[in-house]
Amino acid sequence: MKKFSVINTPVHNIDGIAKITGRAEYAFDIKLPNMLYGKILRSSYAHANILNIDTSRAESLPGVKAVVTGRDTLGKKQGIWRRYKELCDEEILAVRRVRYIGEPVAAVAAVDEDTAEEALDLIEVEYEPLPGVFEPLEAIKENAPQLHEHAERNINVTRHIEWGDVDDAFREADHIREDWFRCSSQHHACMETHNAIASFTPDRKLTVWTSTQSHYYIQVLLSGILDLRENDVRVISRYTGGGFGGKFELDSAQFCSSVLSMKLFRPVKITLTREEEFMATKRRTPMFYYLRTGVKKDGTFVAKEARVFTEGGAYTAMGATALYLTGFFQAFPYIWPNYRYDGYRVYTNTAPTSAMRGFGAPQATFCAETQIDLIATDLGIDPIVIRRKNAMVPGYEVPGQATIQSCGLDQCLDKIEDWIKSRGKLPPNRGIGVAAYGFMSGGIFNWFDTPYAFSSAVVQINIDGKVDLYIGSQDMGQGSNTTMAMICAEELGVKVDDIRIHMGDTENCPVDLGAWGSRETVMQGNAVKNAASDAKRQIIEFAAAKLSPNIVYDLDIKDQWVHLIARPERGLSYFDVIKEAIRAKNGQPLIARGHYTPHRKGMISPAYSFGVQAVEAEVDPDTGKITLKNCVTAHDCGQVINPIGVEGQLEGAMAMAAGYGFTEDLPMDEGKILNPNLVDYKILRSTEMPETKVIEVETYEPEGPFGAKEAGEGLTNPTAGALGNAVFHAAGISVKNLPITPEKVLDALREKNEQKEDNGE
Amino acid sequence: MEKQLLHINVNDEYHEIYVLPKRLLVEVLRDKLGLTGTKRGCNTGACCACTVLINGEPVKSCSVLALQADNAKVTTVEGLAHNGELSPLQRSFLDHGAYQCGFCTAGMLMSTTALLEEKPKPTKEQIKEAIHGNLCRCTGYNSIIRAVEGVSAGKYEKERG
Repeated sequence: MKKFSVINTPVHNIDGIAKITGRAEYAFDIKLPNMLYGKILRSSYAHANILNIDTSRAESLPGVKAVVTGRDTLGKKQGIWRRYKELCDEEILAVRRVRYIGEPVAAVAAVDEDTAEEALDLIEVEYEPLPGVFEPLEAIKENAPQLHEHAERNINVTRHIEWGDVDDAFREADHIREDWFRCSSQHHACMETHNAIASFTPDRKLTVWTSTQSHYYIQVLLSGILDLRENDVRVISRYTGGGFGGKFELDSAQFCSSVLSMKLFRPVKITLTREEEFMATKRRTPMFYYLRTGVKKDGTFVAKEARVFTEGGAYTAMGATALYLTGFFQAFPYIWPNYRYDGYRVYTNTAPTSAMRGFGAPQATFCAETQIDLIATDLGIDPIVIRRKNAMVPGYEVPGQATIQSCGLDQCLDKIEDWIKSRGKLPPNRGIGVAAYGFMSGGIFNWFDTPYAFSSAVVQINIDGKVDLYIGSQDMGQGSNTTMAMICAEELGVKVDDIRIHMGDTENCPVDLGAWGSRETVMQGNAVKNAASDAKRQIIEFAAAKLSPNIVYDLDIKDQWVHLIARPERGLSYFDVIKEAIRAKNGQPLIARGHYTPHRKGMISPAYSFGVQAVEAEVDPDTGKITLKNCVTAHDCGQVINPIGVEGQLEGAMAMAAGYGFTEDLPMDEGKILNPNLVDYKILRSTEMPETKVIEVETYEPEGPFGAKEAGEGLTNPTAGALGNAVFHAAGISVKNLPITPEKVLDALREKNEQKEDNGE
Repeated sequence: MEKQLLHINVNDEYHEIYVLPKRLLVEVLRDKLGLTGTKRGCNTGACCACTVLINGEPVKSCSVLALQADNAKVTTVEGLAHNGELSPLQRSFLDHGAYQCGFCTAGMLMSTTALLEEKPKPTKEQIKEAIHGNLCRCTGYNSIIRAVEGVSAGKYEKERG
C-alpha cells in the first residue's frame, strides 16, 4: 500500500492557473480609485548631515498633492531585531543624517508618476557632506568616520562561538592551513521590484498592499514606526513576485507611501525602479574571511579557527543574524572536535547588508569547501574520502549548539561519488568540484520579540466538505501554499482540490513569522498538520458514534473515506460524516486550530537539511571564461512533500548560487553601486544553465511534518564552492575572491605560470 | 503634447484609445486596458518580462511606443486561453511547474508561444535561445524548457472544442 495519498505526488501548484493566465494580481498591478503616485528622493551622498530641505517649489508644481521629509515623521528608528533596541537604528526616511547613497530624504505624491518624478528635481536639499568609509577593515580603524554614536570603531555587532580547545588542538594537528577569502555581495534581483500602496482612511486605519515575505512583520513594524494600533494596520500580499530574503524588512516604498497617505487620506502607490532596487534595498552581506584549519595526516579534522569581518552597510537590518549563521555554518556539515569563531559586523557608508537566500551560509560554505579541497590536495586525499571521513551523522551533537537528528549526508556522498565515477575521464580544461552543506529549517531565536506562536493555522470544514485553511505563511513563489494544502489534505484524508487556502492578509490570517530562514515547511507545516489533526479527531468522533465499532478498533481517514484501520471496508464517506457532524454541532462548521513554536531545540534550528553538489565546469585558458556543463545534487530534505516544487527550487537555487559563484557582483566606488541595472548585473540566463540532476536521499526528520525538512535555501550554499573546486581541478588555480570572473581566472593562471617559471619548470 | 488616436486589436478585441505619443505599449496595455498580466521588471529593456506578440512576433512592449503598434494585432498572456480552455503550452507549464513566483511567466509564455508557432519541434538549444532574453530568478529555466519540450513531443494535442 502506498505510504501517502497526497504527499510526494505530482500536483499542480495551487496558484498555477492564476499565474499562467495572467490573472494573479500582484501589488505591482493594483490600482485603486482616487489613487496617487509617489516617488522618493534619495541621497546622492554616502555620508552627510541634512541641514535643510526646501520643498516649496515641488509643492507648487501642478499635480503634486504632498511632499514629506523626515521632519514629517515621528522620527522613530526601527529595525527587525526588536529585542535589542540599539540594533533598531534605521529611520528609513532620514531626519538629520544620511549614511548611504540612496537613503530616502523626501517623498512626493502626485496625480501621476511623471509629475512625481518632475517634482523630485524641484526639492532642494542642503547637505553638509561628511567623510565616508566604505570597507569594514578601514571602518574599524581608530580615526575612521563614525556612523552611529553608540558604535565605537563602527562595530555594530560581534559574535563568538566556541567549543573544545582550539589552541591546544592545533598542537596535535599534522597539517595546518591558513587561508583568506573575500565573499562578495549579491542582490536578490526579484522580478517584481519593491512596491506598496498605502491607504489611510478617516477612521484612522491603514491598509497596505505590498510585495512581501512577511505581512505580519510589515504590520508590526509599520504600527510601531507610525504609532498606530497594531490591528488598525492591515497588510495584504496575496502574490509576491520573488523575495529571496529581500522583502521581509520594512522598506522605503511601504513607509513613504504610508506617511504620504496619512497626510492625504488617499491611496498612494510607490513602485521602486530597478535602479532604486539595486541601489537602495537590502543585499547579501559581503565578508572578509580568515580560516585556520588543522587536520591529521589521514584527513581527520582536528581544529578550525574562523575570523570574519562583514561589511554591514549603514544599518543593522538582519546583518546580526547573518553574522551568527556564517559562524555556525562554518562548522557544517562536519564533526569538528574543536572550533572557534569570532565575527564582527562593521558599519560602513554603503547600502545596508542583510539577508539573502542562505543567510551567511553560502559565504561560509564557499570558504570551508574551498579550503577542504586545498587540504585534500596537500595531503593527497580524494575530496569525497576526506568529506566522508568527517561528515556529520544522525544523532551528532554540535556542542552547545544543536542536535542533528536526521542526516543523509553519507548517502548523498555515495550518490555523488557514483556520478563522478560515471563521468570517467574528462575532456581537457574540465574539472569536477564538490561541496557539501547543511542548513537550518527555521530558526528558534525570537529576536523579533513576538508574543505569538511562531506559526499558526486554522482549519474550517464546510457542509460540502470543502476545507478552508487559514495560514500566516507567505508564498513568494517557493510554493508554500501548495505544500500546506498537501500537508492538510494528507493529514485530513482528503484531496488537494478539497482545500481552499487563505493567506497573505493580516486581517484574516493567523500569525506566522514569514517566509525566510527556511521555516515554512517545518513551522507552518507543523501548525497546519496540528490543525488538520484536530479536525480529523473531531470528524472521527462523529464517525465512531455512527459506526459504533468495538472499542479495540481505531479509525482513520484516507482518500475521503472514514474507516476502521483494521477493516478498511467498514467506513463512511467523508462527505456524509461532515454533513452529520455539522448538524450535530447545531449547524456550526467544524473548526480546528494548530500552532508551532520550537522549544528546547538548541541554539539555531529544530532540524537540518543536508546535501552534496558536484559541478562540472570548463575553463577556457585563453579567456578565463567558465562554462557550466553539469550540476548534480544529492540532497536530503527528509520526506519530500511536493516533488515538482522541490525540483524547481533546487534548479532555481543552483542558478542563483552559480551566479554568486561567477557572474553576479555589486562593485562600488565610494559607496556608489556601479551596475544598478539588469544588463550590467549578470544573472544567469537560459543559455548558461547546465544540465541539472536532482537525486533525492530520503530520511525521516522527527521534528518535521511527515518527516519533512527545508529544501530551497540550503541548496544555495554549495554551488560557489563546488564551482570554485571545479575550476581548481580544471586549471590548478584556487580563486578565493568571489565572484570567480574571467579576469581573476586569467590573473591566477598568469601567477601560476610565473611561479612555475620561478621554480624552473 | 497632443494625444493621438491609437487603433489597436488586442486579443481579438478592437480598441480606439487616445494616447500621448510618448506612451509605451506596455503602459497602454496595463494602465489603459487593465491587462496587467504583462509585467515590467526593469526600465532598460533587459528582462523581457513585458514580452507580447505583435502580429505574431515576440516583442518587448516596453521598447515599443504604443503608436508604433497602430493598426497592429497584439496578443498578451490573457489572450492565450480561449473560453477557459488553456493553450497546450499553458497546460504543459502547469504540469511541469514551469513557474514559481510567476512574475516572468507571461513573458516566458509569449516567447515560447511564438517559438512553437515558428518551430513546432525545436531543439533544446533553440528553446534556450528563444527564452535567452527572458530573465527568471526563480526556476533556473530548466522546468520551462521541459514544458516546451513536452508540447513539441506531442503530449498536449489541442483539446477538441
